[in-house]
Order: sequence, then C-alpha cells, then structure tokens
Amino acid sequence: MAVISYIQAVTQALKEEMQRDEKVFVLGEDVGKRGGVFRATDGLYDEFGEERVLDTPLAESAIAGVGIGAAMYGMRPVAEMQFADFIMPAVNQIISEAAKIRYRSNNDWNAPITIRAPYGGGVHGALYHSQSVEAIFANQPGLKIVMPSTPYDVKGLLKASIRDNDPVLFFEHKRAYRLIKGEVPEEDYTLPIGKADVKREGADITVITYGLCVHFALQAAEKLTEEGIDAHILDLRTVYPLDKEGIIEAASKTGKVLLVTEDNKEGGIISEVSAIISENCLFDLDAPVQRLAGPDVPSMPYAPTMEKHFMMNPDKVEKAMRDLAEF
Amino acid sequence: MAENRHKALGLSDEQVLDMFRTMLLARRIDERMWLLNRAGKIPFVISCQGQEAAQVGASYALDREKDYALPYYRDMGVVLSFGMTAKDLMLSGFAKAEDPNSGGRQMPGHFGQKENRIVTGSSPVTTQVPHAVGIALAGKMEKKDFVSFVTFGEGSSNQGDFHEGANFAGVHKLPVIFMVENNKYAISVPVSKQLACEKVSDRAIGYGMPGYTVDGNDPLAVYEAVKSAADRGRNGEGPTLIETVSYRLTPHSSDDDDRTYREREEVDEAKKKDSIVTFANYLREAGILTDEKEKEMNDEINKIVNEATDYAENAAYAEAESALNYVYEE
Repeated sequence: MAVISYIQAVTQALKEEMQRDEKVFVLGEDVGKRGGVFRATDGLYDEFGEERVLDTPLAESAIAGVGIGAAMYGMRPVAEMQFADFIMPAVNQIISEAAKIRYRSNNDWNAPITIRAPYGGGVHGALYHSQSVEAIFANQPGLKIVMPSTPYDVKGLLKASIRDNDPVLFFEHKRAYRLIKGEVPEEDYTLPIGKADVKREGADITVITYGLCVHFALQAAEKLTEEGIDAHILDLRTVYPLDKEGIIEAASKTGKVLLVTEDNKEGGIISEVSAIISENCLFDLDAPVQRLAGPDVPSMPYAPTMEKHFMMNPDKVEKAMRDLAEF
Repeated sequence: MAENRHKALGLSDEQVLDMFRTMLLARRIDERMWLLNRAGKIPFVISCQGQEAAQVGASYALDREKDYALPYYRDMGVVLSFGMTAKDLMLSGFAKAEDPNSGGRQMPGHFGQKENRIVTGSSPVTTQVPHAVGIALAGKMEKKDFVSFVTFGEGSSNQGDFHEGANFAGVHKLPVIFMVENNKYAISVPVSKQLACEKVSDRAIGYGMPGYTVDGNDPLAVYEAVKSAADRGRNGEGPTLIETVSYRLTPHSSDDDDRTYREREEVDEAKKKDSIVTFANYLREAGILTDEKEKEMNDEINKIVNEATDYAENAAYAEAESALNYVYEE
C-alpha cells in the first residue's frame, strides 16, 4: 500500500470519482486553474477541463445553491468552500434547501451534493481561518457531516459522500492536510458514512473524538502506556448523525470516558455524545464523563500565545486522560 | 375589429383561448381557496390573483415538455401550465397525503412535481434562483437544449441569492430566464421602498444580460419577451432578466389585512387592468371568445374546481408516523 498525505487522499478520491462517473464535477473558488488554495484539486483542471473543474465567482451561497440545483437535476457536484469559516453565506442554502429537499418534496426530489471545506486551527489562521463549524449543522436532519482523521478514511469516506444520494458536508482538517500521512490501498473502496471506528483498542479509559484530535489522543495514549494506562480510542468519523451504537459500546467498555474536540466546549458535537452516554450507560460508568474542548470564546486568536492557549494539543489530551484514569 | 396581436406572435386562436382558460382556471381555484379558508376548511392561502397573465403568458412561451420551472409561491398559473392539475392544487390546499407537491408536508404555494419538471421550493425567498442556475449549468454540461425558468417577486430581487445567481448565470452564459413578477408590494412594503433604481430590469446590466420590463397584465407581451429569452438561451446566448409589472389584487396571504397599508381606491384602480377582464375583452374583440364559448368555459372550470374540492376534502391525510419518513434515502 502506498503512503500518502491527507490532502493527497482528497485529490485522489476526487480524481477517481470523476474518472468513474462523468456526472461528478467540482466547483468553487480557485479550484480550477490554481488547483485550490490548498492544492486539493491539483491536476484536475488539466485532466478534466474547465467545465468539470469550475472556477466560480466569489459567492458562497451561489456555489452551494448552484451545486444544489445541479444535484437536483441529477449531477454529482462537489462544491468547495475555500475555508469552513466562509461557509456562513451558504448556510441558508445548506440548511433551508439541501437538508430539506427530500423531506419537503415527500421523496420526489433529492440533492446529492457534497460540500467540502477545510476547518480547524493551529495554522496561524486567526479568527476566520481556524474555526470548527460542525456544530452549526449538527442538528439539521437531512444533512450528514463527515470529519475524517486519516488518509484512508478521507479517501473512502469522500468517495462514499460523492456516491451518497443525500447532501454531505465533508470537513477536512487543514493542519492534517500535510501533517498526517498514512497507508491507502490502490484499489477502489468506500467506507460507511455514519460508522465510528476504533482507532486503538484499550481497557482502562475511552477517548471519543474526531478529526485531528484523534492523532493527539493516539500520541497521548502511546505515552501513557509507560504509566500502565491503556486507552481505547473511538474516532467518530461521521459527527452527524452520530453512531450511537458505536459510542455506547466504546463508553461501556471502560466506564471512563473523555470526549475531545478543538471546537468550543458548549453546545458542540461532544455534548451530544455525552448526552447519548448519559442516557444509555449510567450503570457502566465509573467516572463522570469528561469534556476537553476549546474555550468558549468566539474563535482562535492570531498571536501564537493565544492561539496555543486555544488550540488542542497532545499534552492537553494526555493530562486529561491521566486525570480520568486516576479518578 | 381590433388588431390581431397573437397571430403576429405565431399563436393560433386555439392557443390564446387555451392560455385564457388556464388563467381563468388559476383564478377560480384561487378564489375557491379563499372561500375554503374563510369557511375554516383550509388553514392558509397565498394568491396568484393579478399575476395570472404573466405566469401563463410566460409558461406558454416555453417548451413545457422539457424546460424546467422554478416557481415562487404565487405561481399557480405557471404550475397549471406545466401540468399540475386543479385536483393536485386542492390536495395541497387541504394538506392531504396525495398532494404531489409535498404529501401535505408544506404549506400551499410551495410547489414541486418532478414528473413535470417543477422544482421543489421553500419559504425563505429567492433560494430557488441559484438552483435554476445549477439546473441550467447541468443542462449545458450534458449538452441539452432546455432552458431554466425561475420566478420571484420584486422584493426578492434584493436578496443575495438573486444577485449571486444572476451573476453566475451571466458569467457562464447559462440558459436561465429570470422573471420578476413585480406586483408592487412585498407584503406591506411598496416597491418605492424596495428599489433605488427605477425598474428591477435595470439590474440586468450589472450581470451582463439584457433586462426588459413588460406589462404583466398582458399575456401576449409577456409571451413575446419570454419566447425571445428562451430562444436566446437555447442559442447559447445566455440568460435574460424579464420584469412583469402587474398588481397584487389580494392581501399578501389569508393572514394579512392589506387595508392597513394601502388605499381601497388604489386596489379598485388596479382591478380595472385585471388581465382576466382585459384579456377576455381582447379575445371577444378578436372574435375568438364568443358568449357561447365563455359560458362553456365557465361551466367546465366550475365543474373542475368543484370536483377537485370534493376530492381533496374527502381524501386522506398522511399517517401521523409518516412524518418520520424521507429524511434520508430509504
């Protein structure tokens, strides 16, 4: 198996899906000739031409809305929001339209669009190039939200998102793009949307997280083995709708649960995970469910001191894991 | 005998009579819905009254076998022209399970019917504009020759989705017909407080497309403008913005009271230009609409509306638990 980076997995998935199905096309700002500001669509313009790798006007609601229209017609658009922070003008199209088209038409119409966006901090991106925006969309039935952590998951889940007959928000951690590498098979494969994945088997404590934080937890877990702490790590992969069974199973296994996100603490994905655990696992728990998250300030500041204070890292996760193990 | 304008547009006597019949059917269904609402039988009505000429004139200029329609909530004349029936509309009014628009999930006026290429819509205004552009983009990619026809009100022409969609269609030269049904009011707010420019069609130039303002009470004028826009679209010349100016003859909806913001004299004056009256006059003067034909048409429409009402009133609601269906593919 070849070892590729997280962003190469994005590019490969797009390229292979465009080769497989001519109804798949890409649209967004700078995705064409430039190949994307992060280079996620690198090479696609040359291979598929400007009609299928469409440089759009700078207008996010149109990128989403035009994509939704094409999807309703029967195309398979993959729309790119240049940064997740810039998805806000498209929220009406995503929540009022994409999420509700199947339901409101009583199954007559559907909108199989994939909307990709780089999210997350730790890249000196300041307030508007660092945000995690998943919680905004995570109480909107009709939407699916995928947030993969590894190149293998990126490729399999992006392909599954493009083939899915409902709208999918696909959030890619921008710091993971070049930082995270991993083995990816040569042959075509997809992974199931809506299924969490155990990234590490363990017996003492359970960490449930997603995105880049999965790697922080894995690094912390390795260190903690020296102290005799054996961590079980569940990667949510799909943050909406949540894999309730997978969460209950992972929480019940150790009875001590730490939930980690780099998003703000209150009202986030992990709060819902915590609610699922409290509804289902009371008699299996040996400690209060712990949440480790970003502070409840609007977003990540620019200056390195403040950015570091906000941003999740392996040390913060390690400390929280140790505290929980010692409870 | 008056000047025969429809022949010059290539429309036969039968075609203009059929246009009038569709306009009249829309009006009669709408009027019946108000009666049903005031009788407490249906919760809500939002009207097409005063805009039938624009809706039907435009639709008849399109290819209703292949073009796509993205109507807004007043477009009963559009959806009837595209193949929806009085029964379908009454089922929607009564929110019954057989309603093809939504199975009773949406309020009336939220049209959608895939088999007739009527694209499902929502309540936040103007969101359908980028969809129309996306459908036209898909058609261009697939080398089809249909056009995408989208309507909205003059108030909606202030929404970002209008400007973003129009610009996108202009840049990519897509076959979209943007039709603004200017009925002079956005609920209570008059057009003078909606637009700083004189006409909505003035906005077209900013998006590299032609813009026209036509009399929305004249179905033939609207037909001519939309026909030429459809030809442009099919020839690869790009989008067109058409503004049809008429008047909203009813309150905004069954929950509105328009006496709080406009004078009765103004409404009465507008009623003199009502296309249901003026187009009938034209057809009479042209010798097409005889007394006999008119009576026949009225009787037929009355029967259709009665039957649709009875059917819909007696039809079943969706099962309560079916509210859980179709969130995702099943």
